[in-house]
Amino acid sequence: MKVITANFVTCAVKECKTSPTSFPLHFHDAELEMQELDFQPEFIRNVIPRIDWEGLRVTANELGFPSLPESKPEGEALGDEQTLKDLHRLLLETQVMEGKLICGNCGHEYVIKEGIANFLLPSHLV
Amino acid sequence: MSRPEDILPPDLFYNDNESRKYTTSSRIRNIQADMTNRALELLDLKSPSMILDVGCGSGLSGEILSQEAPEDGGPHTWVGMDISPSMLDVALQREVEGDLFLADIGQGIPFRPGSFDAAISISAIQWLCNAESSDVSPEGRLKRFFEGLYASLRRGGRAVCQFYPKNDIQRSMISGAAIKAGFGAGMLEDDPGTKNGKLYLVLTVGGGGLQGDIRGVVNGMDDVDVLDARKKAMEVNNARPARKGDRAWIMKKKEQMERKGKVVKHNSKYTGRKRRTAF
Repeated sequence: MKVITANFVTCAVKECKTSPTSFPLHFHDAELEMQELDFQPEFIRNVIPRIDWEGLRVTANELGFPSLPESKPEGEALGDEQTLKDLHRLLLETQVMEGKLICGNCGHEYVIKEGIANFLLPSHLV
Repeated sequence: MSRPEDILPPDLFYNDNESRKYTTSSRIRNIQADMTNRALELLDLKSPSMILDVGCGSGLSGEILSQEAPEDGGPHTWVGMDISPSMLDVALQREVEGDLFLADIGQGIPFRPGSFDAAISISAIQWLCNAESSDVSPEGRLKRFFEGLYASLRRGGRAVCQFYPKNDIQRSMISGAAIKAGFGAGMLEDDPGTKNGKLYLVLTVGGGGLQGDIRGVVNGMDDVDVLDARKKAMEVNNARPARKGDRAWIMKKKEQMERKGKVVKHNSKYTGRKRRTAF
């Protein structure tokens, strides 16, 4: 699972939809892998406004990345190629292959195996 | 041909064997590729986008999203959801670029509001019309799916869902659920009435300066006839039922009797009129 996806995914349990602690989901025992992908500055510029920067900082911290700047790069900063390349590396090329995602509200564990997260819920949680 | 939807639930039907067959069959691959390209044409994306692939299976459609040429607005980044572990396993072996989720779309779409630019779904959502256990209903699953999808798309986003309804009931159940969730919905049918007719549910989320429904989407496309069924549906709803004794009722009864072979007086302008008062 890419880090960008982790920034979009929330807990699937209905009760957690309204709780602010259900996002971001917290990584545990994550094993990372780098996968080279083509650099697309346009895609990064398109998607940056939708990124939850606070959530991304938490995720990056959990995955052991050096801490990100406190505020989201906007406007001028998006013209800088190095910033975009760093974001590309973090958001798209970093993949979580094994591990768990845990909801901060209900504590439900979503297991990640071979990069595929299991979001099937038992029927009593739906 | 029998419908796989009637045989088993999707996670069981697409076992290792079926998933492999599905992915290696060149006929299915061609059909899937055609439908994905058509869906992309309907989405009309101008720049590399974040796309949700609902029921991605082995990534046949996702592959096309990743390979979209830069001059057509690609390549896109996608996230796929599917309920069949075997299908996802095949996707892993084929090393698709998108992120994969093992998830049941009838349980909702677990993404933050406004995450995606667009969504596509190829031959998947008709599975929602089957309830596999007594504690869920097709209506409930469709409702959760479309509400989740509506929330996860950004304003001005679009979703194109190609599906195979079993009958008109399923067709209207699916489009009805989409409309209830807030989408501007329309159907596009390719090759209507033929054996390889394809039905696309085109959904739009308001805002972003787009014309609010499918007419805005197909605007400027060749060979598309627009049929507006809404006015007709209104007329049917507004039509007064024939009351006993009035002209429409008498005509209906006369027809019924005629069909039974009874002798019926012929119709004239006087049929069903009141007699004048005697004094």
